[in-house]
Amino acid sequence: MVTSTVTPKTIKSPAARTAWLNGRYPRVAAMAVVLVVAASLPLVMSDYRLFQFTLAYIYAIALLGLNLLIGYNGQFSLGHGAFFAIGAYTTAIMIDRWDIGYGWTIIAAGAICLVVGFLFGIPALRIEGMYLALATLALALATPQFLKYHLFEGWTGGVQGIVIDKPEAPFGLPLNPDQWLYFFTLAILLLAFVLGWNLVRGRTGRALVAIRDHRIAAQSMGINTALYKSLIFGVSALYTGVAGALSAIVIQFVAPDSFTLFLSIFFVVGIVVGGLGSITGAIYGGFFIQFVPNIADAISQAAPWAIYGIFLIVFMLVMPLGIAGFLAILWHRLIMGRLASDGNEGHPTET
Amino acid sequence: MCSRNHWLRLAAMTAGLILVFAAFPGDQTAYGQDEIRIGNTNPYSGPASSYGTIGRAIGFYFNKVNDEGGINGRKINYISYDDGYSPPRTVEQIRKLVEQDRVHLLFQTLGTPTNSAIHKYVNKKKIPHLFVATGATKWGNPKEYPWTMGWQPNYQTVSKIFAQYVIENVPGARIGILYQNDDYGKDYLYGFKAGLAEGIERAGLTGDQAPRIVMEQSYEVTDPTIDSQIINLKTSGANVFFNISIPKFAAQAIKRIKAIGWDPLHIINDVSTSIDAVLRPAGLENAIGLISAQYIKDPASPEWADDPGMIDFLKFMDKYVPAESRNPAFTVYAYSVSQTLVYVLERCGDDLSRENIMRQAANIRNLELPMLLPGIKINTGPDDFYPIEQMQMQRFDGEKWVRFGDLLSAG
Repeated sequence: MVTSTVTPKTIKSPAARTAWLNGRYPRVAAMAVVLVVAASLPLVMSDYRLFQFTLAYIYAIALLGLNLLIGYNGQFSLGHGAFFAIGAYTTAIMIDRWDIGYGWTIIAAGAICLVVGFLFGIPALRIEGMYLALATLALALATPQFLKYHLFEGWTGGVQGIVIDKPEAPFGLPLNPDQWLYFFTLAILLLAFVLGWNLVRGRTGRALVAIRDHRIAAQSMGINTALYKSLIFGVSALYTGVAGALSAIVIQFVAPDSFTLFLSIFFVVGIVVGGLGSITGAIYGGFFIQFVPNIADAISQAAPWAIYGIFLIVFMLVMPLGIAGFLAILWHRLIMGRLASDGNEGHPTET
Repeated sequence: MCSRNHWLRLAAMTAGLILVFAAFPGDQTAYGQDEIRIGNTNPYSGPASSYGTIGRAIGFYFNKVNDEGGINGRKINYISYDDGYSPPRTVEQIRKLVEQDRVHLLFQTLGTPTNSAIHKYVNKKKIPHLFVATGATKWGNPKEYPWTMGWQPNYQTVSKIFAQYVIENVPGARIGILYQNDDYGKDYLYGFKAGLAEGIERAGLTGDQAPRIVMEQSYEVTDPTIDSQIINLKTSGANVFFNISIPKFAAQAIKRIKAIGWDPLHIINDVSTSIDAVLRPAGLENAIGLISAQYIKDPASPEWADDPGMIDFLKFMDKYVPAESRNPAFTVYAYSVSQTLVYVLERCGDDLSRENIMRQAANIRNLELPMLLPGIKINTGPDDFYPIEQMQMQRFDGEKWVRFGDLLSAG
């Protein structure tokens, strides 16, 4: 808003109007409206719905991390369920064993995932595309096994998992635990978005995209591709780990069966449906993986996955660029359409 | 001038989208006086979706109950959601059942990890969590979890029955054990050891007379084969083999034992007694002499051809269960457990408060059901949350299981 010096009233020409509409001001305003709506949901929604929305936000955080890796850097991962699990278990073990405040455990979960992701990113430098997908797939397959492994059982609780208590709202806030966790997750989601936006808008983001589009060219321009690639793997794991930590707190339970291969696959589905290489796409993806299975179940219990598959196919046919891409096109059309019906001559210029 | 409102429109659309999600699927209102709402979760999708047959079969049975007038004039409204065998989704669906659908009780929620995830929640909310579909022993703990109750003989009970059988029939047995390395396998193993120790003490056996475990071997559910474990067990010199494994590995073991020329008394856990899923793949001739235990009538067995209970059951299958959902073993189970719930609800009369439902569930006296083995009685009490605790031993004769001996109970 600070940067927009032109107010709507002063806009005269269609070109300027388009420029204004494509600028930052309307987007920020739209964000503000969405935020106000999101913040007022606890007033109108039941605790159960809030819980569902909280889960959708958590998935959005994980998807954001995965999108940084796949969408922006072109490294394919089918194993982000593993980082989600590591984050969740870090939190559950710290709360269960050492009685540490849940806020701190989220930071620890993020840090651990950053390190693990970075380390995994180093060997991943040597493998690309489908091969990397397979290597990460192995990670997703191995994780539930490791969690059950008898040497770790004292920590992880083996197949029984770990049950943790739900946190109450702090500072005597007049919120019930579900409402508090909703706001808590929303705040972390916002933070994740702002940081993600900053990351992809600046030099780092350009470097990441350059590596994705043409690694050799990027390298010859002086970009340290090895460093960037393993770093973004770490950052991506950090996001997913934080999401995992939040999920442990919100669901109050972790077990190996919560983190099967399917979780990793749903993450990939989420970013593709939401929009590859789009920050806001993560939100749409989060809503998709949270709500579509329930809708499928409501339609047919005989074959919920068939319905889910149909949803997926329809989404991909109607919105090949994901929901974010679809909305961007829609937005563009709306501007054009309005300009045309205003009867103004001349074509809007691209900014 | 209108164009500047576009962003508002888009924002409104986004907000609208959120609200549409929020409203879908439609919220249900509080229950009426003329129905009983029963909530359930089952894996209709995901890795364990074959179990979903149970959740559907329960629904078919309740259709029959409703067709016959319901319970004390009230219809059953059975609400079953898919949890994909994923604990986070179970939590979500159970919260929906409790907070939105406002069910009177939860019934037959399936799976050990999934029920573990909601154990604390349902007890805090004081929702009857009846006859959960898992054999883990931890569901019968009324002191800490007074709202949760199992149904089938739990793994430790079954195991103790097997231990008792060994003590009585194989003096000085040298026992080799194969078990799956998870809660199910360990629950069995623990029960077997406890049963052995109790039985030896009770019988006053000492020295060579007392059976002892000479080797324990475990496998992971993801292992491709258990060949090396079987060879190790053979070399241990065991003459009794207690096989705690799921159908795939049970079949491998039955085949492998014969192939390497080992000839122990082979006791197989009740999880893997299906003729079609276990014994036929292993080779029926290899399975001759196998010992196990049972509490339910097997529709495949010719001995029940004229049994009135079986005839009624088959009529139910014909009329209410669509062909694609006919899995006899799962359907018998669903049929019997549903009858147990119907019995409890009938005894509740017009008082369908959650306290009364739980009180009646914990006050079942000598209930016999048409598809349980003759003589098996369901009993519960304020301190006894294990409804079925009796079984009968059976031996495979190459074609069918033949029951022998009296009903056994642990303890």
